[in-house]
Amino acid sequence: MATEVEAQITGSVWKIEKGVGDAVQEGDVLIILESMKMEIPVEAPCAGRVSEIRVQEGASVEEGAVLVVIA
Amino acid sequence: MFRRVLIANRGEIARRVIRACRGLGIETVAVHSEADATAPHVRDADVAFAIGPAPARESYLKVEALLGALRASGADAVHPGYGFLSENAAFARAVGAAGATWIGPSPEAIAQMGDKAKARRLMLEAGVPVVPGSAVVPDEEAAVAVARNLGFPIMIKASAGGGGIGMVPCETEADLRKGFSSAVARARAAFADGAVYLERLVHGARHIEIQIVADCQGATAHLFERECSVQRRHQKVLEEAPSPAVDEALRRELGAAAVQAARAIGYYNVGTVEFLLGPDRKFFFMEMNTRLQVEHPVTEMTTGIDLVELQLRLAAGEALPFTQSELRQSGHAIELRVYAEDPAKNFLPSPGTITKLRWPEATDVRVDAGVVEGSKVTPFYDPLLAKMIVHGRDRAQCIAKARAVVGATTIEGLKTNLPVHGMVLDDPAFQRGEITISYLGALMQRQRGH
Repeated sequence: MATEVEAQITGSVWKIEKGVGDAVQEGDVLIILESMKMEIPVEAPCAGRVSEIRVQEGASVEEGAVLVVIA
Repeated sequence: MFRRVLIANRGEIARRVIRACRGLGIETVAVHSEADATAPHVRDADVAFAIGPAPARESYLKVEALLGALRASGADAVHPGYGFLSENAAFARAVGAAGATWIGPSPEAIAQMGDKAKARRLMLEAGVPVVPGSAVVPDEEAAVAVARNLGFPIMIKASAGGGGIGMVPCETEADLRKGFSSAVARARAAFADGAVYLERLVHGARHIEIQIVADCQGATAHLFERECSVQRRHQKVLEEAPSPAVDEALRRELGAAAVQAARAIGYYNVGTVEFLLGPDRKFFFMEMNTRLQVEHPVTEMTTGIDLVELQLRLAAGEALPFTQSELRQSGHAIELRVYAEDPAKNFLPSPGTITKLRWPEATDVRVDAGVVEGSKVTPFYDPLLAKMIVHGRDRAQCIAKARAVVGATTIEGLKTNLPVHGMVLDDPAFQRGEITISYLGALMQRQRGH
């Protein structure tokens, strides 16, 4: 069952911390968003393996946009 | 006096500077990014220039674009506001080279205070007390050796830093070893300079700062203190003047130290010397902000002096229109910073469109706002929407008025930190003046615990 990890806020992608194929634990930081001069970490909601990264560093994202898929 | 001033900023501070210029009959030039084309500060100004795309790096931080607007506008002076390029010595120098006046101190003074490790050394030499700490430490082993001498807990700080960015607190040697390399990496990423130094953490300290004013002829005075201890993640949230912890004798000492600091670097225009004040009334120089502060209105409301008008007059070469002995603090003022952030979601920024906006209307209340009803608050810039400043005859009355102001404010369409202000103003410890720089963090944690 794949889990889609969404942006909790509108902003831009500052850093991508994990790559496709990486194993992650619940709470691991996947991506760091930047909004209003703050860095906002996006954490893995569950353990699994990163199967897809749908954004690039520097991209603008809306709240609710899918950033990463964990399988 | 200047004929036309370009304001290299946006939001509430750009509007504040425009108001002061109007009062002196000076024309105003706004600059804006693509995201701010219809922003209030653009509408307020006499003319406006687009300087680039939404991200600040490509607009408000882009020196070439600003110099282009300066040339095209024919402005004869630049007011940098706060943040962005306001403490960028190279930009200040470039403005001068373009034949315009920088409304602020000399580029040399900006550079001296911008290098935090160097500023520490200068202040030590000038006899101003500084937080026990080090010069720049080259590596982890050197840091550990220095920290053993200083005693834990300590703070790693970026030499080129400011605004709380790149600060890493370390309770133990293990923390220091763990945090050192990432502190260097973060300093390099944020400031293109990985130099860090160490400072002892002063427990139970307050953040007290002194407003400095100085003319180009060498006259220097201070406009008393501001209490800025109510902070979250090293960002000020609520400021007041005077400080409930500062009596007349301490005020004189703090003021004298701040004037000494300013004189040591030949400072002119307005600036702020920040101190940590310990529970034992010992105080230490932290840094000097070589620009106008966000919280300048609490000083204006208690001294009756318009600091932005004064900046313009001083930059135009006028002498200070008062001496230290003529200055008085009157009553009490509190500033509430209104941020677009969601207290329920651990203060995540809350961009969005303001669908309804009602500011309080009362005597002794001033609202400096960067937004109007219908404004789109984008994720590109800092989350400060407005400042509400309240004046009262004493601290208790001022707190009561500020509480009423929070209740009389309506902001819909996005989340704000207004409920936090209500919580602070209602808190008996705050009302007793028992605040340190860890006060707000602890209060928020207690609230979450309930």
